Order: sequence, then structure tokens, then C-alpha cells
Amino acid sequence: MEHQVVHREAIGAEPLQPATIIARNVNVFYGAKQALFNVDVDVPRNAITAFIGPSGCGKSTFLRCLNRMNDTIPICKVTGKIMLDGQDIYDPDLDVVELRARVGMVFQKPNPFPKSIYENIAYGPRIHGLTRTKKELDELVEQCLEKAGLLKEVHDRMHEPGTGLSGGQQQRLCIARAIATRPDVILMDEPCSALDPIATAKVEELMDELKENYTIIIVTHSMQQAARVSQRTAFFHLGKLVEVGDTRQIFTNPRDKRTQDYITGRFG
Amino acid sequence: MSYSTILAGVAILAVIAFVGGLVRARGHAAGPVKMHSQLGYYGWYAAVLAALPAAILITVWAASEPAVLSRLVARELPATVDTLNAAQHSLAMGQIQSISEGLPKLGAADLAIIKKARLGFTPVEEAQRVLKEHGIVLGSPPPPYVINAAADLTENRAISRYLLAAIAGLLAIGGLFYGVRSIRPRLRARNAVEKVMLGGLAAASTVAILTTVGIVFSVLFETIHFFQGVSPSNFFFGTVWDPRFSAAGSADTIGQFGLLPLLWGTLFISFVALAVAVPIGLMSAIYMSEYASQGVRDVAKPALEILAGIPTIVYGFFALITFGPLLRDVGAMVGLEIAATSVLTAGIVMGVMIIPFVSSLSDDIISAVPQSLREGSYGLGATQSETIKRVVIPAALPGIVGAILLAASRAIGETMIVVLAAGIAANLTLNPFEPVTTITVKIVSQLTGDLEFDSPQTLVAFALGLTLFVITLALNVYALYIVRTYREEYE
Repeated sequence: MEHQVVHREAIGAEPLQPATIIARNVNVFYGAKQALFNVDVDVPRNAITAFIGPSGCGKSTFLRCLNRMNDTIPICKVTGKIMLDGQDIYDPDLDVVELRARVGMVFQKPNPFPKSIYENIAYGPRIHGLTRTKKELDELVEQCLEKAGLLKEVHDRMHEPGTGLSGGQQQRLCIARAIATRPDVILMDEPCSALDPIATAKVEELMDELKENYTIIIVTHSMQQAARVSQRTAFFHLGKLVEVGDTRQIFTNPRDKRTQDYITGRFG
Repeated sequence: MSYSTILAGVAILAVIAFVGGLVRARGHAAGPVKMHSQLGYYGWYAAVLAALPAAILITVWAASEPAVLSRLVARELPATVDTLNAAQHSLAMGQIQSISEGLPKLGAADLAIIKKARLGFTPVEEAQRVLKEHGIVLGSPPPPYVINAAADLTENRAISRYLLAAIAGLLAIGGLFYGVRSIRPRLRARNAVEKVMLGGLAAASTVAILTTVGIVFSVLFETIHFFQGVSPSNFFFGTVWDPRFSAAGSADTIGQFGLLPLLWGTLFISFVALAVAVPIGLMSAIYMSEYASQGVRDVAKPALEILAGIPTIVYGFFALITFGPLLRDVGAMVGLEIAATSVLTAGIVMGVMIIPFVSSLSDDIISAVPQSLREGSYGLGATQSETIKRVVIPAALPGIVGAILLAASRAIGETMIVVLAAGIAANLTLNPFEPVTTITVKIVSQLTGDLEFDSPQTLVAFALGLTLFVITLALNVYALYIVRTYREEYE
């Protein structure tokens, strides 16, 4: 099915910065099965972009292309071009480890390491040698916890296991952990699907603050969440990018019939 | 009449009960009232009622018959028998046993000879010859009173079996009739059969547990027996192992039974084995679970597990014939004096033997670490080896420690390799090139010696066995505790 990806800002939308990620003609195959078809998308800097769509539509697959997490699946093959600040991330010369330090990721289920809260956050900086002294590391850990809005809740139990926190706290710990490697982009794969509404609200609030400094891409099942937090929205269906545009426009005036059917709850 | 005949009779009655129950249930099924259970259950119900009480009776009877019969025989023996010492007494009882088992096999002519020998008309050597022709070999000609007692025993046994056959048959027939007659549509045959199933399963597990308890107690009693002759401090804290085989039997020399050299040998060899097995096993587990492609894993994992299937005696002679001399020659080349049977030989070969334990268990444990943890680490820009080193292994560590402890308890209890490859000299040495001996080796040599059973030289094997049992049990319990604590984390 042919469809045109139109990049036109809706009237009244706040102006977005130029794109930091540009994907062109991306196809993903799992063995013989094609999971994504010719996806073209631009992700603006310092804003939240939401990927929505029904289960199995390829939105998580595409997200995982952006930090080459799909490399860990042997049968997965990606073609096309994905540029991060002008650099092709599928360039054979590119160091995938460096890429993942620049593109952090938060997963659907909170996955703190079975270490202390402190060690969870210090993990990335230690691997990448971001700090020189113990004091610098301490400061960095505190900063990250502060940014994730977790410092107050955990400052007196930094050396207790991260797995002992509540689900919402664990997810914010994972966000703090992602921030600690000083990424430019943070990918979030349904970060609130395992959380209750209050914890969800906290994470959303946090995302809103983080977008000042980071480019955030969130995959979500909840259209309300996409509408609440994102500035741009991309709608995926059956492995194809159906429509991408300003969030307000997508939710109030979708151009494609399928987008309209999905957001009005007719399928999905 | 043998037990198998009686059991076969009960089985036939059970089949009849099954068919009878089925037929009767089918008759009811045609009637107006709905049957409670499916028809087959009524058959089983009747069969169980017919067979189970009889089977229980036969089991109890078989367990108690020998004791009762020998008590009866002992009562009839002449008073001179009581004056015999323990060994001679048990010899006489043994002769009675074997003659009585032989008597039913004899023909009429041979029986007549035995009878004459019994009454003193024929030399007892003649009786011995006749019995030998029928496969009953006696060490000495049986005295008349033995033949007498054996004949009584045979007679009593025959009576006992007929009695059993009669009672069991009555029980089975009674059960059959009761079972078949009690079948009516509302009978809950299905529930009753279910209960019998439950009872059967519970009985099976009870057998396993009781066996363990029985073994522990028999070892425990013999150990206590041993400590009545040898002081515990001699055993537990003695540093010299010198059981004085040659002096066995004479009362004034007890010998020295120092556990420490044996315990040291056991631990030393196990330590060498673990030093070989843990790095190799762990690294191969990491390779298998984290790096190997599916194709490699499909071939390599079973291949590694074949190693666990090699009988330990094969490892033993590999160590004795190939590896020990090889190690000695290599040692000689670099100027080291390595005995062909040494700590190193036994330890290394034993290490190879327990590699599969370490690798296979660790592999399962490492694979059980959630993929989300690995992805979390990759997502922060960690490489694969950093992820393994800093996230996967720490997460799997308790389980790996458990696996290593299980392997250690295997190593400590291992016998065949050390019997062949470690030597028999009880050395308290730190030099891995010298032979040492282990607890298991000494148990083998103490029990296979040509010694009286109740001498301390033999009984010490039980004390050693109990010590070994306590050590491996403690290790296993601790290992399982660790593994279990670990499991709670992810489920």
C-alpha cells in the first residue's frame, strides 16, 4: 500500500527544532518475515516523539533499531538508513557500544540490576570512564537521582538493593541510570505499562522535564499518554508508518482513515 | 508352596474381581439410576478390594516368616549348641538354612539317605555328598542335629506357606465378593480408587525415605559399636592412620585410627579437582549460554554431558594407566618428582569428571538470568563481556556457588578414581606430587580385607562412612539453601 509521509506542521503548533534522527526507507526482517516496511521518519531534537499503534505493528521493533538493540537477535536484519546527527548508525565503522551510550534506553518492565541503587547508576559511568574520582562519581549519581526525582525518596538507602524499590521507583531508577551515561536520546519502550496511575503520572512529569535536555522517543499503548506527553506522534500499523505529524494534529485531525479509526478506538 | 504361586493366585482372583465388578456395573448402567463413576472404576474397585488386603498380608508374612521360623528351630536345638561361640553358632544356623532349602529338591532315594544320616545309620559325609549333587555345598559334614533341625525347618516352612495361602485366599475371595456385591449406581468407586492411588504414591515415597533412614541408622549403630572399642578422640583428632591389620584379633593392640590424614587427603584432592573443574566448567558454561550459536550449543552441550555419563571406574583406570605415568614423565622432564599415583593425578582426573556438573548447572543458572537485565546493560553501552562480568555473573552468583558446592560434595564422595589413582598411604602432606589417601579409599580397603566383621579394623569403615555422609549432607543442604534463595529473586 502506497502512502505519502507528509511533513507539515499543523497550524498553531509550537515550533520544533530540526530533526536529530532521520530514518529513511527502513525495512526490518525477522528471518523470512518482514516486520517493518519502508519506514521514513524524522525525530526532532529536545522533544518527545510518541510511536503509537496496535500490538505487533512494529513500533517497538523500530524503536530498537534506533540503538541497534536488534543486533542481539541473530535472525534480525535491518536495511535502509538511520542517521543520528548526520551519522549513519548502521555504518560498519560505527562502534555500537558508543552509539548505545549516546542513545539510552528504558524498558517496558523495570529492570534494575541486582545491585545497590548507587551501583545501578554508577554502572554506566564506570564502564565509560566518565568520572575520575570517587567524589565525582558520587556527585554524578546524586545528580542523576535528582533529575529522575528519586533522590529525596532514596538518599538514605543508596546502598540498598535497587530491586527493593517499588515498581514506579524502579522505573525512575532505570531512567536515572540511562541519564548517567549522558545520552542525547532516550528511548522508552512502554515505560509505564507495568506501573499504576500515580507512578505513571510521576514518570510522565519526569519525561516532560527531561525533554529540555534530551530527545525522547516513547512507544506507548496508551493514546492518552501519547496525547499528554508528546509533541510529535507517529502511527504504525501492520509494519507500516501510516502517519506522522504534530501530536495535536494527529489526535484532532488525522489525515489517514486508519489513524482516525485507531484513535477513536475502532480497532486496536 | 512358594510366594510367587500365592501371589499369582491372588492376582487371578483380582482379575476375576475386576471382570465381575465390570459386569455388575454394566448391569446397573442399563438401569434407571445414573452411575456415579465410569464403568472401569467399578472393576478396579472390586479388584483392589480383592487384591490389596491379601497383598498386604503376604508382605507382612514374608517379612516376619524367617525370624519366626528360625526362632522355632533354635528352640529345638540341643543344649551343646548354646556353648558354641558366635561364629560357630552362625555357621551352624547357616547350614541349617541351606540344607532346609535343599531338602525339597531331593528325590525319594536321596531323602532316604538323608534320613539315615539323621538317625545315625549312614555317615554324615554321605549326606554332604548327596546335597552337593543337588547344588548345596557345605563347608563341613553336617552333624545329625543340624539335619534334624533342617528337616523341621522345611516342614515348618511348608506349613507356614499353606497357612498363608489359605488365609490370603480367603481374604481375596472375601474381598472379591464384598467388592462385587457392594457395587451399586451410587457407589463412589472413582473416589475410592483415587484414594488407593494416593496411598500407592505415598507408599512409594515412604519407601525411599525409610531406606535413607534405615541406612543412616545402620551406619550409626555400627559407628557407635566402633567407638566402644576406640575412643572418639583417637579417631577425630588422631594424625596417624595405622589400623594394624596384622595385629587384628589380638586384644591388646587396637591400632591408631586417625581421621585427619584421610580427611586431609580427601579435601586436598577435592580442592585440586575443583581448581580444575570450576574455571573450565564456568567458562564453558558462559560460552554455552552467552556466546555459542544455537548450532554449536546443540552439539557441544550433549557432548559435555556425555562426560558425566562415563563410569567413574573408566576415569579411574584412565588416571592409573595413562594420565598418572604421563604426569610422572612430564614431571621428570622438568625436574619434578611426581609419583604416578598422586594428589595431582587423582585431583585433575576427578576435576575432569566434575566439569559437566559445574558447567551444566551453571549453564542453566546463567540462562535463567532474565534477558531484560542483559538488555538493560547493553542499552547503557556495555559490551557483551562487560555485561557478563558485571551483571550476568553477579546475578547468577548464588546459583553458581550452589552448583560448585554440589560438585564439591560429588568430589568428596568419589571413590573409584581415588582408589586407583591417589594411592593408599595415609599421608599428611602439602606436596601435591605425593600420594595420599582418602576416606573413601580406606572404607574400601577396610571392608574388603579378610577380617572379622566386628573388629575395629572393619567397623572403622562405618565411622568413616558416617563422617563422609555428614560432610556431604551438610554441603548439599547448604548448596540447596543457596540455590533456593537465589530462585526466589526472579520468580
